[in-house]
Amino acid sequence: MPTPILMPALSPTMEKGKLSKWLVKEGDEVRSGDVIAEIETDKATMEVEAVDEGLVGKIMVPEGTDDVPVNETIAVLLGDGEDASAIAETPPAAPVIAASAPPAQERPSAPAAGNGAAAQPLPAPAPTSPPQSAPATPAGERIFASPLARRIAAQNSIELSVISGSGPHGRIVKRDVEAAIAGGTAAAPRVEPTAPPAAPAPAISDEAVLKLFEEGSYEIVPHDSMRKVIAKRLTQAKSTIPHFYLSADCELDELLALRVKLNGNAPKGADGKPAYKISVNDFVIKALAVALQRVPDANVTWTEEGMLVHKTSDVGVAVAIPGGLITPVVREAHSKGLSVIANEMKDFAARARERKLLPHEYQGGTTAVSNLGMFGINNFSAVINPPHATILAVGAGQKRPVVLDDEISIRTIMTVTLSTDHRAVDGALGAELLGAFKNCIEEPAMMLV
Amino acid sequence: MANEYDVLIIGAGPGGYVTAIRSAQLGLKTAIVEREHLGGICLNWGCIPTKALLRSAEIFDYMKHGKDYGLICENPSFDPAAVVKRSRAVSGRLNGGVGHLLKKNKVDVIWGEARLSAPGKISVEKASKQAMEPQHPVPKNVLGKGTYSAKHIIVATGARPRVLPGLEPDGKLIWTYFEAMVPPSMPKTLLVVGSGAIGIEFASFYNSMGSDVTVVEIVDQILPVEDAEISAIARKQLERHGLKIKTGAKVSKLDKSADSLTATIELSGGKTETLNVDRVISAVGVVGNIENLGLEELGIKTDRGCIVADGFGRTNVPGVYAIGDVSGPPMLAHKAEHEGVICVEKIAGLDPHPLQKNLIPGCTYCHPQVASVGLTQEAAKQAGHDIKVGRFPFLGNGKAIALGEDQGLIKTVFDAKTGQLLGAHMVGAEVTELIQGYVVAMTLETTEQDLMHTVFPHPTLSEMMHESVLDAYGRVIHM
Repeated sequence: MPTPILMPALSPTMEKGKLSKWLVKEGDEVRSGDVIAEIETDKATMEVEAVDEGLVGKIMVPEGTDDVPVNETIAVLLGDGEDASAIAETPPAAPVIAASAPPAQERPSAPAAGNGAAAQPLPAPAPTSPPQSAPATPAGERIFASPLARRIAAQNSIELSVISGSGPHGRIVKRDVEAAIAGGTAAAPRVEPTAPPAAPAPAISDEAVLKLFEEGSYEIVPHDSMRKVIAKRLTQAKSTIPHFYLSADCELDELLALRVKLNGNAPKGADGKPAYKISVNDFVIKALAVALQRVPDANVTWTEEGMLVHKTSDVGVAVAIPGGLITPVVREAHSKGLSVIANEMKDFAARARERKLLPHEYQGGTTAVSNLGMFGINNFSAVINPPHATILAVGAGQKRPVVLDDEISIRTIMTVTLSTDHRAVDGALGAELLGAFKNCIEEPAMMLV
Repeated sequence: MANEYDVLIIGAGPGGYVTAIRSAQLGLKTAIVEREHLGGICLNWGCIPTKALLRSAEIFDYMKHGKDYGLICENPSFDPAAVVKRSRAVSGRLNGGVGHLLKKNKVDVIWGEARLSAPGKISVEKASKQAMEPQHPVPKNVLGKGTYSAKHIIVATGARPRVLPGLEPDGKLIWTYFEAMVPPSMPKTLLVVGSGAIGIEFASFYNSMGSDVTVVEIVDQILPVEDAEISAIARKQLERHGLKIKTGAKVSKLDKSADSLTATIELSGGKTETLNVDRVISAVGVVGNIENLGLEELGIKTDRGCIVADGFGRTNVPGVYAIGDVSGPPMLAHKAEHEGVICVEKIAGLDPHPLQKNLIPGCTYCHPQVASVGLTQEAAKQAGHDIKVGRFPFLGNGKAIALGEDQGLIKTVFDAKTGQLLGAHMVGAEVTELIQGYVVAMTLETTEQDLMHTVFPHPTLSEMMHESVLDAYGRVIHM
């Protein structure tokens, strides 16, 4: 199925930007990591990299277009054996994205003026474009909930879209919201330190902050529930977990070669499409999971009462969605094949964007992966997401000069940074885990045995 | 085989026959066993014939007060036999209707008394219970004695009057609702023991028809399940109409004479008094019909006279279900119907939810009428709710004043935090027809806002329902 390339968000607050330049044209072949376009906002200009490989089937937004909304399909990538006519027939598939990849909204865009020959005209754009801040379910999809359910959900900062309804025709009723509150949800995940820390007082009061800016020079956008939870949880994590950070460079060339081979040999399913398409991030998930099995002392969760030593490697994967992020968990990732992980992530990412993940799909886990490589980030440090003891921040794979046997040669290098909860994992142990991870990435074939 | 069914229902009361029709709608081969009368107590000796009697009483009351409306009706009187005859005719018409509905839905009717003889099997014998006369004719084309089998057997045998020691009904001086329904003549003086819906309705009827009626209730309010404030208003109105009410009292002794009785009544203060009456109606509640069904042999659990069943009517024995009065309170026809439908939909593989008992309304058709749903003010407080209470009196409603029915109250109880309507309680004219508005609201989980935004037609009594909600939030208009 054709894969849409979406207008990325260069910052969490970006809503639209200018597509200043295309570096590829229709018919060009691109590989994952190739720079294909330049995007400009009032603050910065950034390069857009291809997340997948394929043929540029159609450029939907001509260069020089201002105010392209984030998540608008700007081009469509064709897979093996697909031609441009497929674009018109099939709605753009949700691409598999790793952490922080821009979310997709499935909605057709206007065809570029004077576009190529054979393609059939694309459907006209929807008359109104859904507001970017909206929410929860895909545009136009109404959530059916009783007035009482709506009010109780609002009072408890529960997103209705993460709740499945048990009333007539799937309507969300009071008992569903109460069950969600009792069971914990995306909006209100339970963190269970034995002694709950006192809520830290805000550094500066709201009033004091407002005084620093001239009235009328800003707009106040109320926090939605996801924003509140992110603020609360990460404040708590960063102020109660003693973080330390370990970085390492991993050589990717062998992994990339293996990936090309594995994807190239993917069997075709009944629909003629490859049965899987493994991304670099899928390798990262698998590698971290295997590394935790090799260094089981690092596969832990701190509690006041004792250390939880986990038997399985359940890897959370941060997925950016409009208005925030969510971390679906690939359970027992060490024992899953790459294709299984790839397909699971594809499903998670799609449903995460629709906020349709179920609590058991994003709660728990023993570690996490956050990947900002597709934004050109070289390296960064991530905040640990309790109850995890570690989180791996993954940068972009880039060709860099390296010294090998006293010679400078070119290798594709990916810098990763492991954030570690010092209460649970000490420096040497963290280093051992990161070493095992690096080994898995650099010798990917060894993960298969 | 001819005698094999998917679903077999024992008892053709409102729970049983509605279950049978729903079962047939779902494509299940269905039969229903009945020993006495299609439609059960409700339709033959309960809800329906009493409403016919009370309608006569209501019109008679209007005739007595015709002057208030500018009408001339001198010395109104009535023919007791004709009043009863009309009530029986109403019942008979509906009894025939149930037979027609079962036939139309291809439900086999088996006439006789059923007993669970083995898992999945019942035997049907001639009824051992003497039917209360007058009885409607047995429907045509019914099956009879024999053994029948079904994958699912639903017990819907209903309930019968509770008998208290010393108050045993004798069919002549001490009545139950059976005898009270078909009085050969109007007693001059009457003692009603128990002030639940049955007791109060008969007390109201006989009071309107000229009897000197005393009601004795053991707890400290009449209609014990109703909101205390509503109960107190109902009591005041009933007393204004001539009813004598003694609460916190009990009948400790009944001495029978040839055609009258002397009752010894222990009053709340510890004093006793005696009362001579022509007749006594015992209305001290009902108990489930769980006997002679073979429940013990199959090990089906019972508790305090009722079969223990879950939210889908399932007993502890697979394949045996219980719905309606026999499966426990509240013992109301509409509760039985819904339980039956839920039970058989679950059997058919649909995905129903158990009945939410707080959404079952209750109605009493005395004059004034009383109707309610959900939690009383007191129960809501005890359940830990921080509450808002709205009240609107009939005095403030144009339609009520035009009707000449300006006494009554509509009360609403909201959860202050969520705006959930927790309960609604009404006393006054026609409130039994009003309550379902709030039942719909509660079932759909509306909040006070949705009710405030709902347009109630003018001029109607229903406008008071709107005002009561407004009052709970300090926004009442016509007060």
